[in-house]
Parts: sequence; C-alpha cells; structure tokens
Amino acid sequence: MLGLSIREVSQALRDGRVSATELCRKCINQIQRTRYLNAFITITEETAMEQAQRTDSRLRTGKGKKGIPFSVKDNFCMENIETPCASGMLKGYVPPFNATVVQKLLDQGAVLVGKTNLVEFAMGAGSTDGVFGPVRNPWSYTSLYREQSTEDPDSDWAITGGSSGGSAAAVASLSSFLALGSDTGGSTRNPGSLCGVVALKPTYGLLSRHGLIPLVNSMDVPGIMTRSVHDAATVLRILQGRDERDSTTVQAPSTPPRLPEHFDIRDICVGIPKEYHAPGLSKDTLAQWSRVADMFEQAGARVQEVSLPHTQHSIVCYHVLCCCEVASNMARFDGLEYGHCSKVDSSTDAMYATTRHEVFNSVVRRRILSGNYFLLKSNYERYFVKAQQMRRLIAEDFKNVFRTGIDVLLTPTTLSDAARYSDFIQEDNRTRSAQEDVFTQPVNMAGLPAVTVPTALSHRGLPIGLQLIGQTLQDWKLLTVAQWMEQKKSAFIRSKVQQNSKIWKYFY
Amino acid sequence: LGPVMLDFSVPIRRWVMCRQFQCHQLFISWALLSSLPQMVGVVGLEIHAQIQSTSKLFSGSHVRFLAPPNSLVSHFDASLPGTLPVLNRRCVEAAVLTGLALNCTINRKSLFDRKHYFYADMPAGYQITQQRVPIAVNGMLVYSYFEGRRRNQVVTKSVKIKQIQLEQDSGKSLHDDERSQTLIDLNRAGVGLMELVMEPEMCCGEEAAAAVRELQLILQALGTCQANMAEGQLRVDANVSVHRPGEPLGVRTEVKNINSVRHLAKAIDYEIQRQMEVLQSAGKVLNETRAFDSKSGNTIPMRDKEGLQDYRFMPEPNLPPLFVYESEASVPAGVDPAQVVVIDRLSGQLPELPSVKRTRLVETYGILQEHSFTLVNEDGLIDYFENVVQTTKAEPRKVIGWVIKELMGNLNSQNLNVSQSPISPCALAELISLVESGHISSSTAKQVFQEMWKAPEKTVGQIVKEQDLWMINDKEELQKICKRIVDSHPEEVQIIRGGNKKVLNKLMGEVQRETKGRTDPVQIRAILEKMVS
Repeated sequence: MLGLSIREVSQALRDGRVSATELCRKCINQIQRTRYLNAFITITEETAMEQAQRTDSRLRTGKGKKGIPFSVKDNFCMENIETPCASGMLKGYVPPFNATVVQKLLDQGAVLVGKTNLVEFAMGAGSTDGVFGPVRNPWSYTSLYREQSTEDPDSDWAITGGSSGGSAAAVASLSSFLALGSDTGGSTRNPGSLCGVVALKPTYGLLSRHGLIPLVNSMDVPGIMTRSVHDAATVLRILQGRDERDSTTVQAPSTPPRLPEHFDIRDICVGIPKEYHAPGLSKDTLAQWSRVADMFEQAGARVQEVSLPHTQHSIVCYHVLCCCEVASNMARFDGLEYGHCSKVDSSTDAMYATTRHEVFNSVVRRRILSGNYFLLKSNYERYFVKAQQMRRLIAEDFKNVFRTGIDVLLTPTTLSDAARYSDFIQEDNRTRSAQEDVFTQPVNMAGLPAVTVPTALSHRGLPIGLQLIGQTLQDWKLLTVAQWMEQKKSAFIRSKVQQNSKIWKYFY
Repeated sequence: LGPVMLDFSVPIRRWVMCRQFQCHQLFISWALLSSLPQMVGVVGLEIHAQIQSTSKLFSGSHVRFLAPPNSLVSHFDASLPGTLPVLNRRCVEAAVLTGLALNCTINRKSLFDRKHYFYADMPAGYQITQQRVPIAVNGMLVYSYFEGRRRNQVVTKSVKIKQIQLEQDSGKSLHDDERSQTLIDLNRAGVGLMELVMEPEMCCGEEAAAAVRELQLILQALGTCQANMAEGQLRVDANVSVHRPGEPLGVRTEVKNINSVRHLAKAIDYEIQRQMEVLQSAGKVLNETRAFDSKSGNTIPMRDKEGLQDYRFMPEPNLPPLFVYESEASVPAGVDPAQVVVIDRLSGQLPELPSVKRTRLVETYGILQEHSFTLVNEDGLIDYFENVVQTTKAEPRKVIGWVIKELMGNLNSQNLNVSQSPISPCALAELISLVESGHISSSTAKQVFQEMWKAPEKTVGQIVKEQDLWMINDKEELQKICKRIVDSHPEEVQIIRGGNKKVLNKLMGEVQRETKGRTDPVQIRAILEKMVS
C-alpha cells in the first residue's frame, strides 16, 4: 500500500479499500521503523491521526477530500508546529501561520505526518550538517548496496544529497506519498536524484514562497517530490497560482486536469547542452545520459546538441548572489523578537553578536560574512553587479536555445550517484555545494522549471537521475516529456522502491 | 567699522537680523575681518513624511498614533521568517499625488532596495527603501516669507526637490535608564514614509522654515500626510554647511531632533554660526550628526549610530518593480486598471494648492497678499472668512481686518483654533453689518466683539441694547452735545477761529468721549465746523 502512487492510493481511499486513518497509521509506523534514516525533525503523529479521522468522517459522507499523508521540509512555516529549520537559532520557534503551499495541501485533505530534516537554513548540498544530524540515504540499506560493502551499515552509508534530504528520504522510504522541499540551487532535484524520486522545481513565481523561510528570495521555489511524474503534476496543479501574500507569484497558465497518457514524442525537440559534459561527471551518469538521449532519438524525437556558453560562470555567480541574500535575510535573527537569545546583555550590540555567534554554524556564518563583503559599497560593482550581469547572460543562453525550437533540455542532475558519508565530509560545505549544484543552479539563476526523474541504478546500486529543463511557465509540457521518459525508462526503479520497505527491516 | 560682535547667544537677535537683511548679509562682519568674500550658510533638507493611510506600507496592520505598545504589529512587521512584503497601493498613490503637487517627474517604473543596519527598532535588520530609482524625481517647491521692518514684503523663492522615495518607518526604542533596559514598540515599524530630499539651495533657518511650512500646507491639502512635527508625522533633518560663494561646498553636518518649524530655523542658524566660528578659529568642521537641544538652542554631537556605516544596499528581491501608468489606456492588457496607480486619475484628484488658493483670495477679494498667507495658514480660516463675506454686504477688505485682527488675535491669545471660536461667522457678519449700516460705530463694534466673545449665547442686538451702544443719529441731540462741548472749550474755539483747524480734532475727541464713541465722526465734524465758523 505504501509503495503506491498518489493516483493509486487516492483510488484505494475512494473505493474504501483503505481508510485515511489506516493509511496515516501505516506511514507513521514506517517513519518509526526507519528512524535511523534521520529523515524527520518532527513527527506530527497526534495531529495527523486527528486530521485523518476527520477526513474519514468526511469521506463517509461522500464529499470528503482525500487523506493522502505528506511531509514537509522544516523550512516551511506551520501554525503551532515547531519549525527550527535545522538551526539552533530557531530552536523552539513556533510560527503562528501556515505557508501557503502547506495550507493548499491541507485544504485538499492531505494529512501532514511530519517535518523533514535538512541542513541549517537549507545551506548546503549534503543534508549532513544540520543541528539534527545527517540524513541517510534509504538506498544504503538495500541488498544491492550492502552486498558491495564490507563495513557496518552504521559507518558505511550514502548521503541523501540536499538540502531537502529529509523530504527525499521520506518519499523514497515510503513514509510519505509526497513531500515538499525547497529548491534554490538544486536543493529539491539533487536529493531527489540521489534518492531515486521524482523532484520538480517549478518555474520561479508559479508557487508561493509565503511561509518558506528564505535562502535566496530571487531563486527559491517550493519543490515537489513524489514517486511518479504524474503525481508531481497532480500536486503542481494544486499548489500553483498567484498568492496575494507573495508579490512575485504569477498567474498559472491553464492546464488540463491530468497529463496526457499518450502523446507524440516525435513533436518534441530535445537539446543536449554540451557544457554539461563537466569534469567529474561519473561514467555511470554519462552513460545513462547518452542512453536516454539515444532513446529519445530512436523514438523519433529531434535530439540536438546545443550550447549554453555562460554555464561555466554560473556556479561562482550563484554563490555571490546567494551569499548576498543570505547576509541580508539572516539579519533579522537578532534574538529580540523570536528564536535564540544570548544571555550576554552588556549592550545591545554585544547581545546581537553573541546571539548570532552562539547558534549559527560555520556555513551560515561564512555565507553571511562573504555576503556582507560583496555588498560593501566598494565591492558592490565588482561582485554583486557582475554576478547579476552574468545571471542575465545565463538566462539569455537558455532563451536563445529555446528560441531555436528546443522544447526541453536533457542533462544529468548530479555528477554521480550519492557519495558515502565518510567521503563526502572530507571536503567542506562550500566545496561540496560548488560540485553538487553545478548542473542544477543555472536553472534557478534563470527561473526555469526543471524536473529530475530516476532512470537507472549505478554499479553501486544507487539511483541515477536525469534532469529535464523546460521553458518559463511550460512546466506542464516539461512534465509531459518527463512522464514519457519515466514510462520508457524507470518503471523498474519504481518496482525496486516498492521492495525497499522489506529490505530495510532486514538490516535494522 | 570694527569687528561687530553679534551676541549670538540671544537667538531672537539672529532672527531679527536674518529678517532685516538679505540672508547672506547677516555675516558681513566676518567678511570684513578676513577681507575675503563673506561666508554663507548652505542648507539642504531631508524630510520624512509619514503617509496618512489606514494600513502600513507593506502589511495590513493599522496605522494609529498613541495605540497601546505593540498592538499594531503584523507577522511581517515583526519580521517573522517566511513573511513577505505586499505593497500598499494607497501609499503609492499618496507619493504620486505629493510628487505631482511638487512638480516632480513621476517615474513610470521605480524599484525597492534594502538598506542594512542593525538597530533594535528595525526588526528585519534592513529597511526597504528606494535608493536607486525612487518614485518621483526633479521637483520644485515654491515658498515665500516676509521681509522688511513691518514684515509685509513678500519674498518668493524655490528649492529643487531631488527625489521622493517610499520607505518603511522604524519602530520606537524606549530607554529605561534606571533599569538599564530598552523597550521596543513596533507599532510604527513599517508605516509608510515619503522621504523628500531638498537640494542644498537655502541659506538660513528662515528660508528652511518657510519651505517646510509651505510643504506642510501642501501635504495637508493633499491629505497625504498630517505633517504635525510634534507628533513626528513630519521629521526634518537639516544638512548644514558654510562656504565662501564660488568655492566648493564645505563639510556638512546633519542636524536632527528638531520638532517644530521654529526650532528648525533656530537649529540651522545656530549651526551656521557655529561652523563659521569653528572655521574662523582655524578649526575643522567634522562630518557628523548633531542633535538640536531646544532648551539651550544649541546643537550637540550625537553618539553616531551611522559613523562609518556601510548600508550594503541591494535590490529588494521580494518586490517586483513598481509600475505607475500615465492613463487608463496605457495599462497593459490583463492588468486591472482599478488595481494599479494611474497618474491621470490622480491629477484629477489634486485639490487647490495653497499658492493657488492665496492668489485666488487676493484676486477675488482684493485683500493684501500677507493676509492671504494668514488665511491659508490657519485651518478653517478661509471658510470662516468666505462665510462672513457671503453673509454681509461689507467689503471683503473690511471683513479681512475683523478676521485677522479681532478673531485671530483672540484665538491666538487663548490658544484656540478656528473651529473653537465662540463667535460664529454669522454673528460676526451681523456685527459688521451693523457697522456698515451706521447703527453702531466701528469703535463700539470692537467693544461688542469682546462682549460677544465672553457671552456667545447672546445675540449682537442684545448686547448693543443692554449696553446702550446704538449710534446717536438724532440731529437735535447731536447738536445739543456739540453745543455743550463748544461752550465748555472757549479757548480752543478761539484758536480754530484764528485759523488752526487742527484743534477741531480735539473737540471731536471730546464728543467721542462724551458719547462713548456712539457718534459718526463725519457728522460731528460737519456740526462742529458750522458752530465755530
């Protein structure tokens, strides 16, 4: 039951094969069984069960909405639920309102089972350095992975990627049918790819950011993680659209109720950006990329190499802009209105300084420091303005390519499959972010929609995902192509996912 | 001419000096001392005008003065993470209206920026403002003040308005020194402000004060700001420097903590003088922020929170560019014209501005220009005046005297405003009409006015009757009175008959005294002339 897609489980709920309460209980049990993954910061068992019961009573009257269990990354605000955002700064902070996207899911009768783990304030690509500890990739506990390991499962395991690692692990470990992540430079797609789930980063402005604790306002988008493209489309339809509380949101284009089951791939032109043959791209991933490109071609799609010449500068500029906005957004955490407050109160300045020093980790502090440096009057032109100019050129690159008739771009999502935790932490957060976000952040710079779809397993038994990038506000078309790719390629991964719950029990 | 040392510790002296000479002539003594062109003051103003609106600039919280602390604070105002700014259209309209009234160019597209600094009453750690592209630029404010010994020569000047920008107000910090703690009230945090930047084109306190006074009247006429300085709805900071004409501008100081127009003039004149003295004694003027101390009339250096502050400006990423449209026709398809700001619609709403009002009053009623200023300065006085004019046949020029001298004199001495006047326009009109028709003399009428003030429940007629003040118009009685006076002043009559007609006035005075002013001087003169001839 837990391995079903949203479409399937909705049908089961409608048919009365399972009640919302039973379904919710199953998910909570699954979360408990997989505690060792450390995917959740808060399990909202009590409110979830109450909510499921209410949904059941409404379902009995025949006009109820579905009680699909879901989880939410802990950087989305939820009324009366502690939202520490994996930081000591917000330990004990209980927001007084719901994020718009969460509210929209609740309005549909979806049942929140928990808030998922991340890195502090979503800064980083590993989900390894939040105050609640690292998240483990569920695929580390499959027989495929374990058979190749000589070490203890407690010391040899793969990371989830990040920053929405907890959400990806929750969907992959069958604890939730869908999870919300956030995507600033790849934070939804990266863990989605490494954990073998479908992860959609919609067009910037299509989903409201109201209630999302910001990382980079000009790039943040709520991300959608599901086990099928069809499910991602269903959730997108619910979440998209203008929100008067977020002035950067746009009207959603009208879309049919569901993705077309059959469509002619021969009408589609797929671009392969040559700049994405980046150093460090693993053999497995490269092979998978060419195989899928061939697959499109063989099915009659037009596949052509394209160039996005400014791609190589993107990651550096992304970091400059990211640090600047981080420095600005983090300025509000002074301990006065909410959150951690230092006991040092010799002066207001001393209180600010110690409050911030005591709880921000080194990653956050480094970004704040660099951001403030880039924004200094004497540096502004050299860093911020230059990075913005480059950002425009990167966006132009994409526009130019799409203007030539390209519908979607096909790229890897990450350089390789998930790294071993012990290997990953050999490098610092800054270096890892630069490596991990290389294929994902140009999309955020340009505000485009992109989706990663699992297409294969690596020789280590870990998922490999490929990324499709679409045109602004063409999320639906993007998902249509993604669904075609999924149907052709990754049915077998889904079957593996469904086996997982049994495999994990074996190890723990 | 030796060094004329003006005693600058007496502020009123400077005030008078500034009034009597052209401003730059005030400092003539220094020029002669140094045999260089005289130094002059250069004054620019930065004005924060709190926008009169029901809710804040970026949140739905209400705006109210003197509400219980922290009772008007939304999630956004408290900078809870995940909250976003939503621009209040009313505030934008207020800024555009103000821009139009001040002859500004309205930018069709303006942008918002973040200005960063840590301050306890600014919860986000930054202020949202318009640093790069403000909503309005290149305006001009025309203002006037009076010169001459009787202060009746109008001098009209203008000052360029560099820009008007929309920005957030901060909260308030209340320092409790006894318990050494600071309390924060966020009610004001996020209230919309218009920051107006006036170019350094003024030269003294009086000019700056006149400019601010005119601005207050304009803002009040527009209804975009209540502009009360004491309540902080209008906050004026003065940038002051001194230099010799032709030379580059001197180092400037910023003078803050000024809470009335009068203090503004004082603070600026003090600061100009202070800087000149510093330079005269070979010192250096520091680029610093100084606070005006209203008790001593001095400016003193402030503990500088801005010192070498780098505000690390960056574009506000949560607000798209602010578009303002020329006309409804220029609103793009898909955008609801009712939801956007349209300049044409707002220009149609512009009320009569103070300068236009003054010209109209002078032209319509033939009153003096200085009187038109008084009428416009006092809230409700124009209505009062026009009301009286419409109800009586008396010349407006006569009415204005009553309104300015008697009415305003009484109101000012009792610290009342026009709406609190115990004498209604109708009652005053009745009184003036009695003078016009010759039923009471004008000197009696002044007496009656004071009685009316004390007993507003009585009618004019009642008072005149009770006090027996009706004019004596009976020819025979007048003859009798005049006869009595002529008979009792034989010497004077002799002198008049000898050719000195001036002495007739003395006799007339005697008649007035005898009748308590209840006679018509023209009639009396005729009778007396006949009797002594």
